[in-house]
Amino acid sequence: MSQTYRLSSGGRVDRSKVLNFTFNGKSYQGYAGDSLAAALLANGVDIVGRSFKYSRPRGIIASGTEEPNAILQLGATEATQIPNVRATQQPLYSGLVATSTNGWPNVNTDVMGILGKVGGSMMPPGFYYKTFMYPKSFWMTYEKYIRKAAGLGRSPLQNDPDSYDYMNQHCDVLIVGSGPAGLAAALAAGRSGARVILADEQEEFGGSLLDTRETLDGKPAADWVASVIAELQAMPEVTLLPRATVNGYHDHNFLTIHERLTDHLGDHAPLGQVRHRVHRVRAKRVVLATGAHERPLVYGNNDVPGNMLAGAISVYVRRYGVAPGRKLVLSTNNDHAYRAALDWHDAGLQVVAIADARHNPRGSLVEEARAKGIRILTSSAIIESRGTKHVTGARVAAIDTVAHKVTSPGEWLECDLIGTSGGYSPIVHLASHLGGRPVWRDDILGFVPGDAPQKRVCVGGINGVYALGDALADGFEGGVRAATEAGFQPTTGSLPKTVARKEEASVALFQVPHDKGTARAPKQFVDQQNDVTAAAIELATREGFESVEHVKRYTALGFGTDQGKLGNINGLAIAARSMGITIPQMGTTMFRPNYTPVTFGAVAGRHCGHIFEPVRFTALHSWHLKNNAEFEDVGQWKRPWYFPKPGEDLHTAVERECKAVRASVGLLDASTLGKIDIQGPDAREFLNRVYTNAWTKLDVGKARYGLMCKEDGMVFDDGVTACVADNHFIMTTTTGGAARVLQWLELYHQTEWPELKVYFTSVTDHWATMTLSGPNSRKLLAEVTDIDLDKDAFPFMTWKEGNVGGVPARVFRISFTGELSYEVNVQANYAMGVLEKIVEAGKKYNLTPYGTETMHVLRAEKGFIIVGQDTDGSMNPDDLNMSWCVGRNKPFSWIGLRGMNREDCLREDRKQLVGLKPVDPKKWLPEGAQLVNDPNQPIPMDMVGHVTSSYAFNSLGYSFAMGVVKGGLKRMGERVYSPQADGSVIEAEIVSSVFFDPKGEQQNV
Amino acid sequence: MLHIFCPHCGELRSEEEFHASGQAHIARPLDPNSCTDEEWGTYMFFRDNLRGIHHELWDHVAGCRQYFNVTRNTETYEILETYKIGEQPKVTARENTPATSAAVNERGENV
Repeated sequence: MSQTYRLSSGGRVDRSKVLNFTFNGKSYQGYAGDSLAAALLANGVDIVGRSFKYSRPRGIIASGTEEPNAILQLGATEATQIPNVRATQQPLYSGLVATSTNGWPNVNTDVMGILGKVGGSMMPPGFYYKTFMYPKSFWMTYEKYIRKAAGLGRSPLQNDPDSYDYMNQHCDVLIVGSGPAGLAAALAAGRSGARVILADEQEEFGGSLLDTRETLDGKPAADWVASVIAELQAMPEVTLLPRATVNGYHDHNFLTIHERLTDHLGDHAPLGQVRHRVHRVRAKRVVLATGAHERPLVYGNNDVPGNMLAGAISVYVRRYGVAPGRKLVLSTNNDHAYRAALDWHDAGLQVVAIADARHNPRGSLVEEARAKGIRILTSSAIIESRGTKHVTGARVAAIDTVAHKVTSPGEWLECDLIGTSGGYSPIVHLASHLGGRPVWRDDILGFVPGDAPQKRVCVGGINGVYALGDALADGFEGGVRAATEAGFQPTTGSLPKTVARKEEASVALFQVPHDKGTARAPKQFVDQQNDVTAAAIELATREGFESVEHVKRYTALGFGTDQGKLGNINGLAIAARSMGITIPQMGTTMFRPNYTPVTFGAVAGRHCGHIFEPVRFTALHSWHLKNNAEFEDVGQWKRPWYFPKPGEDLHTAVERECKAVRASVGLLDASTLGKIDIQGPDAREFLNRVYTNAWTKLDVGKARYGLMCKEDGMVFDDGVTACVADNHFIMTTTTGGAARVLQWLELYHQTEWPELKVYFTSVTDHWATMTLSGPNSRKLLAEVTDIDLDKDAFPFMTWKEGNVGGVPARVFRISFTGELSYEVNVQANYAMGVLEKIVEAGKKYNLTPYGTETMHVLRAEKGFIIVGQDTDGSMNPDDLNMSWCVGRNKPFSWIGLRGMNREDCLREDRKQLVGLKPVDPKKWLPEGAQLVNDPNQPIPMDMVGHVTSSYAFNSLGYSFAMGVVKGGLKRMGERVYSPQADGSVIEAEIVSSVFFDPKGEQQNV
Repeated sequence: MLHIFCPHCGELRSEEEFHASGQAHIARPLDPNSCTDEEWGTYMFFRDNLRGIHHELWDHVAGCRQYFNVTRNTETYEILETYKIGEQPKVTARENTPATSAAVNERGENV
């Protein structure tokens, strides 16, 4: 029998469209327009999950974002699995597959449930902290089982087939929420001509107007909604975003909206459509019309399936045509909740009784219920419910809300549905994301947004304005204000007429008293998703957790995917009463984005796979691909790492490349090195100030190596700079440091020395650089250039202009390998043609392309540092044994000089860069390995340094390394030891860091 | 995400285009060599950690590449003014009155 709880008529569902779906493997039917929760209730599905800690059966409580229990796993295939979907917000589609996220072997017969009942009292708050703390190493073991038992859903094991994207938008007025206040605001703002975005998290616009029994202009409220939406749709500057949750209110009116474009259509998005979209909106003004959440009362066994929010009952009856029971008992402290009983009665169902906590309620809705003959028990409340898998009865007793006492034994009323309403909590989340603390108002028994510097207007329920007519007026006025402040003319217009009602104040009631007292009464749940009870909160305060943030963390109140939307205010009230303070004294916890969970797909957007982040290729990239290069990421660059020949691994390829460079000639793509064009009459002076060495005497046509320090005297970049003209230099930087160095130069020029006439331009991408290195590089280059390469005409550390491969080039005679080298720079778009000519000519010299790994090895053989590998931001030039590169007598106190003259920098036992030669020439010292003087010292040993670069495969024929050792420069020939994780010890001799050609005879020929 | 008015470009742009470079108005000592170690250490490492009005150095790094100063309230994240290097702030902690804030609005809304 299908849909036994579907009413014969009513609701906004399309009964002609039957949709099949499955829940926990069983097939059911619902209608188009249903939420998954509505369809489950229509089929009489009571239990949707098991609770977090006690494994109690749980049913649907609410109808929207605040739902704590109906958190389901969705997905018909492995790739489309989505965890923790609120059934109340998931539209039903044909073929939907849902399962409970917890419960073993299934939710109806749960093994843990029996344990929970027995063990419940043995799991006080802080149970996990108290129980699983020791031994520490066991946490990994505990965690696995705790997670399995907790049932928080699971992520898919296959790639998501759907695509997601971002959209950046600007608007004059962003309106959050499309209930009465939001729609009125949208009308006002839209009519003024402002660019408006109206976003609502529900499937349809209208909010509470979709299910209210109230009329507008004497007609169903939904008719007015339709007319407003039609008017807004006709406005060219208005964007309507249904199924779009505004999740974050960030600085300077930047809001993020999570739009679910196809979640209502099927298990995955139709071909060519985006599943979710994140709108990043900058709004001149924001109108928050987020409304309010109904607050449940806290009473014994209030978690048994069949206990629901009063308002949710109205939603299911009026919007979906579903009756989640037959016999209703309602417990309330306010007038509004009476609508649930009236709706229930109008649907032809039985209202057993209404328990009203107030002494003598006389509001219009109360009188309407009386007139229909509904039994009303005043000064009363449901103090506990009965039932295992579903409610079978409610115990109603007289209570004293001030003394917090039960004043009569009460009576058990037979029922299968309990409605509960403890008032309303304005949805202040977005209003509080930027730190604005909400303010308590006794008259509405709720927190409303406090003052905030943001340019926003709060309207309707969020302000505690609940009466329909007032909410419409408040919304319209707010819309006018927002549009006017955004620079548009105010508009006027008439709002639909509402029926005036006499309304009576509610009475403060959060936790309902029980004759047994909180600790002994049946469990009174405050946060159902985390199984936090009133007793647990009282215990936490008794144990000294008095700050609201501490209570939250100790009990897990408000931790779940619902972030305490239902439970938090009740929890605060209970903690406050337990400590004898007021709710405002207790205060709220911080509200943080996001308002509701967001899928990882939406967060990632298009930033997936090969477009996860930008990639930079050199002009020669396709040649590298053709020549079988393995690539290394250097910053965003793809650089050839090594060029393996068939059968070669990294080590054999690198050893071959190294030997080929030393024996004949090698080719490196050095295009990624940062290149900064520096021009201006003060360029030379500027270089004097930012480099450690002197630039005054560098003639045109010459090049020099320079070290750059920060003010603390520590090295942060290096490179060769060439003098193009007296007022023109080309600076090279490390590949990774290019942007940082340019920013650094600009910083000093703009903020410290604006009087210097000098200009910086990044030309990294404009030039391609091919380095020819090795004894045959001169002979090879001579075949493709018209430049005179004679050693006297073109000596070491100079540069020449001329043609290479038929195009204009700048050739620098500098060397990073210790070999005779030429760096050929040509305009990047000519590079491939030049390269082909060089390669053709290079055949007879066994020209060998090499990558970054061989470059690293060859420079290390020569003792050249790599900033960032051999330095770590705490090494000054002296530490690197590079005092030769420091001009201590330059007239201007250049950047780094004062820093490196600090007392600590002048110590002689600082860690200094040295060469390390393993005594066993086959042993490789791992980079980063610590060095000690005495390997037999008990742990913890005194560490004297560490390895920074280490290469076992090279042109030398033995393993060598560079490293830093305390006072190492005075310890040449001594031994240090590197204890390894496997217990072995590598012994190494401290040697000069220059392993190859210490006199420089190879590079200067 | 902050919305920052670049005084060089003359436009409000999103924080993504900018890079924060710490406290503003930290002048490099004119004669570093005459500084004691302590004075130099103070210049290099010590910065205010204010609650309220704070002057910061920003770089429009993905825009015009120019540095400029920002007066920002560290509590509310409001940006009260932006001004070029070499200029003095119009809004300071002592004189943070609406009258001085009016200068801000000459450059459009500082939303």
